[in-house]
Amino acid sequence: MKQSSQSHSLLIHGGRVIDPAAKVDALMDVLVRDGQVAEVALPNKIRAGADEKLDARGLIVAPGFIDLHVHLREPGQGYKETIASGTAAAAAGGFTSVCCMPNTTPVLDSPEWVTWLRQPQRGAIVNVFPIAAATQAGKGAVLTDFRALQRTGAVAVSDDGKPILSETTMREAMRASAEINFPVVQHAEDTRLTQGCSMNESPTSFRLGLRGMTDLAEAAIVDRDVQLAQQFNGARLHVAHVSTAEALKAVRRGKHNRARVTCEVTPHHFTLTDADVRDYDTNFKMNPPLRSASDREAMLAALADGTVDAIATDHAPHAPHEKIIEFERAMFGITGLETALGLAITVLHLRQKISLARIVELFTAGPARVVDLRGRGTLMRGSHGDLTIFDPKKRWTFDASKSKSKSHNTPFDGWALTGKVVATVVGGRVVYRTG
Amino acid sequence: MPSAGRQVASRGSARGSLLGIEGVSTAEIAKLLQLARKMNPQRPRPLLRGKRVLLLFYEASTRTRVSFEIAAKALGATTTLVLSSGSSIEKGESLLDTAYTLRAVGADLMVVRHPNAGAPHLMAAHVDIPVINAGDGMHEHPTQALLDAYTILRHKRKLEGLQVAIIGDIYHSRVARSAIHLLSKFGAKVVLCGPQELLPELATTLAPGLRITRSCEDAVRGADVVMVLRVQRERLAGLKVNLQDYISRYQMTMTRLRLAKNDALLMHPGPIIRGLELTWDVADCPQSAIVEEVRNGVPVRMAVLARALGKAK
Repeated sequence: MKQSSQSHSLLIHGGRVIDPAAKVDALMDVLVRDGQVAEVALPNKIRAGADEKLDARGLIVAPGFIDLHVHLREPGQGYKETIASGTAAAAAGGFTSVCCMPNTTPVLDSPEWVTWLRQPQRGAIVNVFPIAAATQAGKGAVLTDFRALQRTGAVAVSDDGKPILSETTMREAMRASAEINFPVVQHAEDTRLTQGCSMNESPTSFRLGLRGMTDLAEAAIVDRDVQLAQQFNGARLHVAHVSTAEALKAVRRGKHNRARVTCEVTPHHFTLTDADVRDYDTNFKMNPPLRSASDREAMLAALADGTVDAIATDHAPHAPHEKIIEFERAMFGITGLETALGLAITVLHLRQKISLARIVELFTAGPARVVDLRGRGTLMRGSHGDLTIFDPKKRWTFDASKSKSKSHNTPFDGWALTGKVVATVVGGRVVYRTG
Repeated sequence: MPSAGRQVASRGSARGSLLGIEGVSTAEIAKLLQLARKMNPQRPRPLLRGKRVLLLFYEASTRTRVSFEIAAKALGATTTLVLSSGSSIEKGESLLDTAYTLRAVGADLMVVRHPNAGAPHLMAAHVDIPVINAGDGMHEHPTQALLDAYTILRHKRKLEGLQVAIIGDIYHSRVARSAIHLLSKFGAKVVLCGPQELLPELATTLAPGLRITRSCEDAVRGADVVMVLRVQRERLAGLKVNLQDYISRYQMTMTRLRLAKNDALLMHPGPIIRGLELTWDVADCPQSAIVEEVRNGVPVRMAVLARALGKAK
């Protein structure tokens, strides 16, 4: 997308390159020229000169991270976030590409809006790949024109924030998906079971007097969708923010039956549980809600064993007047771009002993496959010059007030994390670097 | 000026707030009950002379509102009632802005009833005066639990070891949650009874030692205290409860009440719906403490207000 990188070269040397798609995990130097990966070679073997050098000794050099689930809030909700501020937060979190969700004002349901979103005037500093609405105005009834949306640059369709609840509509979506090889991203929630609910059904919800969502509201839809996906050869279903053990079982069944089903898990769901909802702090309110400890265990297992394809943040910025109110009235959602890597390393690597290579895969090759981002999610020669360079040992404390996002609705303010982004490179240009 | 712009709400409430029974120690509860015994609404004590008590009611109330008002006046405070209808709340003012406004006009304490769980906690986290929870959604109603304990203790020597049956719509009941916390803290044996949709199995996780039964007879048999709750039709949110079936299985009748101990106390937080959760004669039977509970609400709330403002003598 960035066309400004002509005649520029960047050498990243001395780092440990982890590129799971290329099965590389070794000390290597990387040369990016004219926005593309020109060479990956053993240390000090690259002879060509470079305009810019980046010393990566002691650091991990990975393909640029891809976030499949971000709410950039434009058009229409610029008071929460803009494409400029949201992509600045993405860069600070190590993401070189973000897929943005269409539940904006108006809903992103037309090729015109997809084009608008991708214009340079929007001020994006990382790659933005729109996910367009699956149904007109996101109302769940009439499908949008998948083919036209795909042609204009949408990478998938979704009614995120809400499910495609009607079985008839979802069947049509799967049929259309199969025809043009286009992923449908489902927010799996049977909203008939979750009316008025603001957290997971649990001892904590009962104690706090909050109506609780049953985990079956998620599993029921995933189960149904996986079966629908199997009815159309080639249909592609991506389950957004899976949060329950039961839903993961349905995803596993689908994969076992060779359905083209993929899924993502968020950092907050693999880090926190419903027992963390304390004092009616609305920074712990999101949808799907924080789940039980056993659901979290199931997600950790699925992240390790390959059931989960991607870590996605569901970055959902909201303004203070939408969050510093009564818990039941507050909007669902938290920010997440800047804490994802730190949480992944702290929780998944250090505590759960999941390898750095697997974590990198969940941020790169995994999501790239879900939405077919060709030449991304890897550092193979000729790929886009998108890289994320991070220090897996760096300890730091997240300060929400210093976030690049316009909104600060995060439960992780003040958290001590290990693992921090050092530099983010998009199309061969450094777009973020720690001071 | 509290900064509404801070997205990370400051935690920890103003001194003297009473937000729920869950977080209050048995020693503190005992002190409040002892203080309540010294309060006599007929003999005003001007402990709160010159203090302004704001009563902020976002939900309907008769007994709680009136009894807080009478309690505050009996202590010499002035009271101002703000209802959600007829105030700026109707125009869309947020809870916190209303709280800041009431603080700015000189409130020394706020009593709040609100349809949302946790609303008093939000206020207490942002204002520097005590907030008393007069019922928040399905969460807690701490002064009701205190007056219930006060009432029980006028008839029973201690709470420890008492068998208490709580019957009815427990899921939607803030009274039940507060009562369960309080009674369990003091070692009462609490049995919960109601149909699945109004009493999920999850309820047993609220406190240690809770037991659930679906049989009213089982719950009442041998009980020292029988607490009957109203079916909260305003909170059913689409839930279908077959009232005829409810009445046949759970309505408190004289026949069922006779299964309890001879000196058992019949309680109900009100408002009562005669003919639904209890019969006419049960409401007025000699064992009924329903009217006494209302009366006891005044000295108990006097104690709560005095203690909140640091004037407990």
